[in-house]
Amino acid sequence: MSHDHTEPPSDLTLRIKALETLLVEKGLVKPEALDAIIETYEHKVGPQNGAHVVAKAWTDPEFKKALINDATGAVAALGYTGRQGEHLRVVENTADTHNLVVCTLCSCYPWTVLGLPPVWYKSAPYRARAVSEPRSVLAEFGTVLNPEVDIRVWDSTSEMRYLVLPMQPEGTEGWSEEQLRSLVSRNAMIGVERARSPDEVAP
Amino acid sequence: MNGAHDLGGKHSLGQIEPEAETEEPIFHAEWERRVFALTLATGMLGRWNIDESRFAREQQHPVDYLNNSYYENWLAGLQRLVQEKRLLDDSTIDPSRIPDAATARKLLASGGPTELPEEAPAKFSAGDQVRVRKIQHRGHTRAPAYVQGARGVIVDHYGAHVFADDNAKGNRHGEHLYSVAFSGADLFGADAEAKEVRVDLWEPYLEHLAP
Repeated sequence: MSHDHTEPPSDLTLRIKALETLLVEKGLVKPEALDAIIETYEHKVGPQNGAHVVAKAWTDPEFKKALINDATGAVAALGYTGRQGEHLRVVENTADTHNLVVCTLCSCYPWTVLGLPPVWYKSAPYRARAVSEPRSVLAEFGTVLNPEVDIRVWDSTSEMRYLVLPMQPEGTEGWSEEQLRSLVSRNAMIGVERARSPDEVAP
Repeated sequence: MNGAHDLGGKHSLGQIEPEAETEEPIFHAEWERRVFALTLATGMLGRWNIDESRFAREQQHPVDYLNNSYYENWLAGLQRLVQEKRLLDDSTIDPSRIPDAATARKLLASGGPTELPEEAPAKFSAGDQVRVRKIQHRGHTRAPAYVQGARGVIVDHYGAHVFADDNAKGNRHGEHLYSVAFSGADLFGADAEAKEVRVDLWEPYLEHLAP
């Protein structure tokens, strides 16, 4: 959404600007804190953290075991802690069961490992349909599951946050953790896609 | 309350139309950045908690809630809280406790765990058959309408966590939290596409079902 710079500011811009000005003038909010918050989620915390977790689980069986038993602790050991990741659970995809995460009531999402959620995750159609017609939802992401694969949907209604551990793509045996990270998309860790196959990433 | 936010299983909302993962920006406009950061920064003042924030967004008229974009709903919620809590007139906040950049970063990195000591034994354990009560109060609740009245099975006990319904009224205390499994067919009929739906539910939402 690009706007010509001569266009007058939108109503939303004016509303939030007015509120920000009041809060800053009253000394209730420091502009430097706002900058730090934005910088954290725009540049530091993001799905690269989750990709690290997943690639490590694929290459390190002990870590994977710890991750399934106590995701909060295992992920904290890699340095990923904080808001909207205080209580984590990792759910593993298998040949028989595919996991999908949603928050039907708002937009709960594991920020520490995935960053802020994409627009579609917060949208009404996703929140409505993920629980009742997940197979059709997956198909809209280009993910067609074998009808014999069961779908288990996780509705994030508490402060527990869910991360999907996708299946490791075939043909990646022996890859390093570093190489594997490039196969782990954000969408795979929400459960709307599979991990990328080796031929999808640039050699 | 079962407002417009309670979306699970609703029809006629259209296609999802996701932006490509590699192309989607974190924020789509500068005003979204401001709404996001102001919501978090004012939250750090401790005058309201996350469930009060959610409830503030949910109380909008359903038409507004559904018409608004995500951050418009955040802005509406923030404006409601600032007004209801009279934040701009609050002279009791110690200026030295207003977060600077370093404190803000520290608060984001530490988060706010919701697990509390267990004050009473858990009523349910894995394998128990339960039914979700009808939650008809007009406050905030995290029992989605689509599971109310449905039968499920306790799969996990997560310990005692801050109970959302009371926390939204400023009363922070713990209740046992469970992961409850529902059969997709029980919730959405024989053509349901999910084999199973797992929902996190607090003990007061649940009642034993005779085996």
